[in-house]
Amino acid sequence: MAGRPDDPAVRIANLVCVRGDHRALDDVTVDLRRGVVTGLLGPSGCGKSTLMRAIVGVQIVQSGDVTVLGLPAGARELRRRVAYVTQAPSVYLDLTVDENLRYFAALVGAPAARVGDAVALVGLEAELGRRAQDLSGGERSRASLAVALLGAPELLVLDEPTVGVDPILRRELWDTFHRLAQGGTTILISSHVMDEAGRCHDLVLMRDGGLVAAGTPDELRARAGAEDLEEAFVRLAEAG
Amino acid sequence: MSAARVLATAVRVLRQLRHDPRTLAMLFVVAPALLALMRGILNSDATTFARVGAPMIGLFPLTLMFLITSITMLRERTTGTLERLMSLPIAKADLLFGYAVAFAVVAAAQATVTGLVGFELLGITTAGPAWTIVALAIGNALLGMSLGLFTSAFARSEFQAIQFMPALLFPQILLSGLLVPRALMPSGLQAVSDVLPVSYAYDGLARVTSDQIGSRLAIDVAVVTCCILGFLALAAATLRRRTA
Repeated sequence: MAGRPDDPAVRIANLVCVRGDHRALDDVTVDLRRGVVTGLLGPSGCGKSTLMRAIVGVQIVQSGDVTVLGLPAGARELRRRVAYVTQAPSVYLDLTVDENLRYFAALVGAPAARVGDAVALVGLEAELGRRAQDLSGGERSRASLAVALLGAPELLVLDEPTVGVDPILRRELWDTFHRLAQGGTTILISSHVMDEAGRCHDLVLMRDGGLVAAGTPDELRARAGAEDLEEAFVRLAEAG
Repeated sequence: MSAARVLATAVRVLRQLRHDPRTLAMLFVVAPALLALMRGILNSDATTFARVGAPMIGLFPLTLMFLITSITMLRERTTGTLERLMSLPIAKADLLFGYAVAFAVVAAAQATVTGLVGFELLGITTAGPAWTIVALAIGNALLGMSLGLFTSAFARSEFQAIQFMPALLFPQILLSGLLVPRALMPSGLQAVSDVLPVSYAYDGLARVTSDQIGSRLAIDVAVVTCCILGFLALAAATLRRRTA
């Protein structure tokens, strides 16, 4: 059921999603490798969030197939194995960090000790007793990230998790992502900042609801004939 | 459904209320104060106060829980916690019954406090046992809660959520018989009040007040219970795991 270890964690085939009156995703086909950090890059509104929502199984899709850890996206069993962090606060603003984490730990059946582990992973130990509404934007998104880490998920889908986070902490978060990936967790991270691209094992470049290119940073540099990833993105997008 | 997740959700909702002193004041101070105000303005009309005093104790939780639930659920939708919950291993029933347990607990405390003020300080009496007013108040709180859970799906802001109170709840209270007994209303309005849930919520309270406890009270309770379950089912239908 779980699929072979060398199978992709996520298989997306000919995916089409319509949001409002436009095609947010227009025939996207791409695989995500297991146990690596994949960066999903592209300008705002290019369909990154829609693709993530489709992988998590909360997006209504028009056509195409999304297979996650060997199961159709959104399958009931995947709710324990896939964690998703949106750009919305997604924590109870009137509760403390600790109260939030304890509630979500109870829902995913995580032992109480996981709360401490998750808080340590995002560096929020000192803020446990503070209410989410009193946190800064960056702290709040880390609280939301901690919730996602409670259940020790196999696939972690993170929509711009480093927005508003200071540079030192941002580096620590990336170290955390790499540690999790070494432990076997598959991570998909969206970003509109190209300087984060070099920290990913694999990249998926998107534009206007379509796939521009996918591969390791080195592959994409070689294919575009550009050292700089931003330049590579532009060349690959123009080549169509 | 899982008892652990229902309980965890109930505890979470109660913690949210505990962090909100104004809502607690509305529940435990404003409601008894309004009852005392009613006693004051009806000072020269003791018969009317004797008729409406006890039913008011049982109807406060209906409006208050409607208001609190609408806002709490709307926040779940707008802050992204509902979307998060829908991606986790929690059944819709876990969420809805978690809310129900939390608000039943609050309603029990709230109606007891208002009841103590009403029965002990303001001289309200009922022919039936006073605790049945509190018991009916808990049911009415769940009616308000289930309606709030459902209607919050049609609001995009807290202001819109509050607008459902004058639009949906006030007409039901006007027609319930609290102000004017339903038998004295024009037949057209009587017919309308016959199909409104709050009419049965009020009737149950009025029967306890005037000691007509019997099979008719059981029917009132059954109608209110069916309405709660019906609104909960409608509320469940508004919780979507997948959205466009």
